[in-house]
Amino acid sequence: MSLPFLIFFACALLAVVGAVRLILAREPIHSALALILLMMSLAVLYLLLGAPFIAAVQILVYAGAIMVLFVFVIMVLNAGVEERTDFSKIAKYAGLPLAFFLLLWIAHWLAHAPAGSAIATGAGAPTVAFSTVELSEQLFRPYLFPFEATSILILIAILGALVLARKEE
Amino acid sequence: MEFISQHPVLVVSLVKIAALLFIVMTALAYITWLERKVIAHIQSRWGPYYVGAHGLLQPLADGLKFMFKEDVTPPVSDRIVYTLAPILALSLALTAIALIPFGPPSVQVLGQPVFIVSNVDIGLLFLFAITSIGVYGVALAGWSSNSKYPLMGGLRSSAQMISYEVSLTISVVGVLLLAGTLNFNGIIESQRGYWLHFIPRWHLIPQIVGFLCYLTAAVAETNRIPFDLPEAETELVAGFHTEYSSFKFAMFFMAEYANMVTVSCLAAILFLGGWLSPFPDSWKWQLYLPGAGLLALGAYCAWDTAVNMKRIARLQLGVVTVLAVGGGLLCILIPGAPEVIQGPFWFTSKILAILFFYIWMRGTLPRFRYDQLMSFGWKLLLPVSLANLVITALVIVWPLLVRHG
Repeated sequence: MSLPFLIFFACALLAVVGAVRLILAREPIHSALALILLMMSLAVLYLLLGAPFIAAVQILVYAGAIMVLFVFVIMVLNAGVEERTDFSKIAKYAGLPLAFFLLLWIAHWLAHAPAGSAIATGAGAPTVAFSTVELSEQLFRPYLFPFEATSILILIAILGALVLARKEE
Repeated sequence: MEFISQHPVLVVSLVKIAALLFIVMTALAYITWLERKVIAHIQSRWGPYYVGAHGLLQPLADGLKFMFKEDVTPPVSDRIVYTLAPILALSLALTAIALIPFGPPSVQVLGQPVFIVSNVDIGLLFLFAITSIGVYGVALAGWSSNSKYPLMGGLRSSAQMISYEVSLTISVVGVLLLAGTLNFNGIIESQRGYWLHFIPRWHLIPQIVGFLCYLTAAVAETNRIPFDLPEAETELVAGFHTEYSSFKFAMFFMAEYANMVTVSCLAAILFLGGWLSPFPDSWKWQLYLPGAGLLALGAYCAWDTAVNMKRIARLQLGVVTVLAVGGGLLCILIPGAPEVIQGPFWFTSKILAILFFYIWMRGTLPRFRYDQLMSFGWKLLLPVSLANLVITALVIVWPLLVRHG
């Protein structure tokens, strides 16, 4: 077993543990910590896929900025322990079997992928790291319009947040 | 053995990590000594004096004391998070130092550069990623203590670190535009050369505004005076680490100093030419500066040994004298040593200069008020660093615009 393979499984496992803890934890801060664990494991997976820039941005933006704000808000509100209700009946009798079948279907699809297709051979996965220069050339040449449109979208979102948060006079 | 031959990078890295950890931990201990001494002299005191000559063994005594104190965990605290917080703070602060190049990559052993643990292509971005999660150490410590003052300290600290991180990152982008790379060695190489044959081409000169913004934001990021509101003792007892005792407290303490070292290293790399010498290569005498410095230190210690009254202090000073003189002679006489030692020597000198500046500020300035802190960060520092970025970008793009009409 190669080293990247081991790292992949360790991080995949950590990501799943983080996702499950995120839902099951009763303290909001524990949920937030589980989400941070999930995001860090995803960042390592991005690194394994040869995307160091995306990995660093994943940590910087999600784990470092957004989740810090989450934790900050939880601390400001001093949110207490969640109250636990019984599972809803729909979730119990329809949700769990459906989730099981979804996983089964994905496993079946992976196992029976036609030989030579991208998913069976691992083709398409980059073997060398994609440099930041190449990434920015893609971003600012062919994808310039969507990139700028996204920035305007974010600006609108900021303005919307300002309007919503303004005090009535 | 098979594993070692299959993964040479892994093994060499582990050795480098162990060496770096040892050096950094010792350096952290002696930075606390330096800080106490410098501040004491600013305030006309002597500082640590009795444990070892000139208090040189004080860090060791402090470390032992921290280890043997009772470790109290408040019964109402969240035990897991309470233990996790100092671990996060210290381990993240130390991880960041692995990205720092202490010398040129051309010095190699077994085909691996000696002076850097991990030469990441996107070094700067990765460093910011690691330091950005450093906030959790402080915030979680404040929350998990389940007590009023730590919570207030944790809240203040998170708000302050989020606010100043924006300015910190933006003040650095000007340097990135000039260097055109995120790799630390690349950024340092972009500062090679001289204006008028003797002024080094450091980014300090074109980016002086960025440098000042960076220094200010960096002090705020490391929670030091005049921005040490998270642990303002007159208002919050000790802020986020009020409930921490023994070695957990020591871990926060070390993390703070490790963060100081990291931001100083970053300032030296981005603005002061990293491991490059400030003098042109043709000035050959600079090769013997590190050795000469050590010999001067040895001479001072020898004089001090002669005049010191206490026998035990004379013994310790004698050992320091022998070490300094021996090290100085080795640095000068071993063929090739002066060249190898150049990079780390200049880099360490720059870091020490910035650290001294930090300590000097702590001995001089009073603390900000909370509203002053916020309005300073958002209304002055952020606009100035943004303007610096825009002007730098315009100056770089201007020739292209003119050429293409």
